[in-house]
Amino acid sequence: MTLVETQPAASPSTVDGDEVAIASSGLTKRFRGGQVAVDELDLHVPAGAVYGFLGPNGSGKTTTIRMLLGLIFPTSGTHTLLGLPFTENAGRVLPRVGSLVEGPAFHPYLSGQANLARLDAADRTVDPRTARRRIGEALERVGLAAAAAKRYRNYSLGMRQRLGIAAALLRPRDLLMLDEPTNGLDPQGTREVRHLIRQLGDEGVTVFVSSHLLSEVSQVCSHVGVMSVGRMVWQGSLAELSAQQQVRVHVSTSSPASAASVLGRLGLAEVSTVDGGASAVLGDVLPEHVVEALVADGVGVRGLAVERPSLEDVFVGLTGEGFDVSG
Amino acid sequence: MSLAEAVRAPRSLYPSARFLRSELGMVFRRLRNQALLVVLACVPMLIAIAIKVTNGGNGDNGRGDGGALFGSITANGVFVAFSALFVVIPLFLPMAVAVVAGDAVSGEANLGTLRYLLAVPVGRTRLLAVKFAGVLVWCLTCAVVVATVGVLIGLVLFGGGDVTLLSGTSVSFGAGLWRLALVVGYVAVNIAAIGAIGLFVSTLTEVPVAAMATTLGLTITSQVLDAVPQISAVHPWLPSHYWQQFIDILRDPMALDRVGHGLLASATYAVLFLTLAWARFSNKDVSS
Repeated sequence: MTLVETQPAASPSTVDGDEVAIASSGLTKRFRGGQVAVDELDLHVPAGAVYGFLGPNGSGKTTTIRMLLGLIFPTSGTHTLLGLPFTENAGRVLPRVGSLVEGPAFHPYLSGQANLARLDAADRTVDPRTARRRIGEALERVGLAAAAAKRYRNYSLGMRQRLGIAAALLRPRDLLMLDEPTNGLDPQGTREVRHLIRQLGDEGVTVFVSSHLLSEVSQVCSHVGVMSVGRMVWQGSLAELSAQQQVRVHVSTSSPASAASVLGRLGLAEVSTVDGGASAVLGDVLPEHVVEALVADGVGVRGLAVERPSLEDVFVGLTGEGFDVSG
Repeated sequence: MSLAEAVRAPRSLYPSARFLRSELGMVFRRLRNQALLVVLACVPMLIAIAIKVTNGGNGDNGRGDGGALFGSITANGVFVAFSALFVVIPLFLPMAVAVVAGDAVSGEANLGTLRYLLAVPVGRTRLLAVKFAGVLVWCLTCAVVVATVGVLIGLVLFGGGDVTLLSGTSVSFGAGLWRLALVVGYVAVNIAAIGAIGLFVSTLTEVPVAAMATTLGLTITSQVLDAVPQISAVHPWLPSHYWQQFIDILRDPMALDRVGHGLLASATYAVLFLTLAWARFSNKDVSS
């Protein structure tokens, strides 16, 4: 099988669902002083996924991304990128990986365009003759074409972030690692970045995007991993996560005790009575059956509510302390 | 087909020349570095004008080899270049080199651009190689600027013609320029050793000014030690000891013993500190 030379991003990885874009096993980083930033991390990012890497500030997300890119060396553990063991293949695999790590960083006295040219010049695997076109396209894609010739120091925070994303898109990529890509962007910019991520995902690029805000990525992700204090507390597809949500039913009634006994008889779990009603985990039981049973038993139903916890609630449950800074 | 198969070795590895060109652009387009070159260019001009307005002085041209160089200026303008190089090599040139070499890695780390270069990917060894190549070009440029400006203003104010060497022999003007080229090369190699030290220091910190100051501090330390007679045994191995010895090239025949020793010492320092820089940088966590 040959690969279309001009479109390396359209890799066959998306065809075969078994392929893994990022896999790590036991990845651990212990900083001098003994602080464990990342602890025995087993990442599993399927090829073609848009993977939301979530966790509170300080939970080890950026440290993980730095290890994945080879900027810092793990204390123990290994990882593969695009199916290749990283340590032996860094030079071969990294050209196919675009990244934004801990915010954009460019030379302040160079223009946006010149900064991209600098990065492009450093890439030995790319054709210099196409540099101009690719730089133009990358700037176009993030909406910076008009400010291409402006010095970076005069860019606003949002423009800098956009330039950082443009650098990640300098050439077709198979994997993008974007660390907090919406930092500093206004709501409009945030929406654009989300749109861009969705677009890239549709093109078959695997996108690994970290965020401390679930709401920012949950709309575009197919998979999520949740970090808490350096450990992965949950990862999998969004569908699997939704399946974990416990839907509760809440009955408003003047006789909570009899309502509770009906719920118990229906086989619902965690039945409890509260002031003015009873509630339980709905499970597989249909709400209309609950109503039917209550009415048949003569319980005066004033109202019945099915409560599905938001993803945010699920995450707060997973990370324990919620999305606050963790030491 | 698996992902591993899909990864093909890049068809052709475009050579690093493009990255080196970009690096040279970064060095030479930077206003600070251009200002350094202007400062260096001012030295031969100051010397030439000072000698011109004092009409060659009262015949007392000071002591030692420096004095001999200055004394020859009124006879032939090319000696402005030699005198200027003699003056700038103890401090001005090391300063110019310390600024560029000290900034090489720490400057990128300070801005955060280092992490993006490494992620491109630029191999760490290749990054150091290109950075040092940039420093070498910078060293040579500094010496060439001083020499060129010196020759030009010297010719304008004092004229050219046959060059009377320090040993009294006369050679043609062309041969004099050839000797100047040798001196420029000697000076460039010697300050390149400072560049290697600077590059090493630059891998130790994320604060460019600290790297520059440390490099310049080491240069000055070498010259201070060179002035302590009790440790004369180590003097020949101090990086700065033979810097001004290029005047041996201006004798006939050239006395190359000490010049050769100077080159050897500088090459040794360059290799030593480049190795240290590599050892330090190749497994360093880049967390800036």
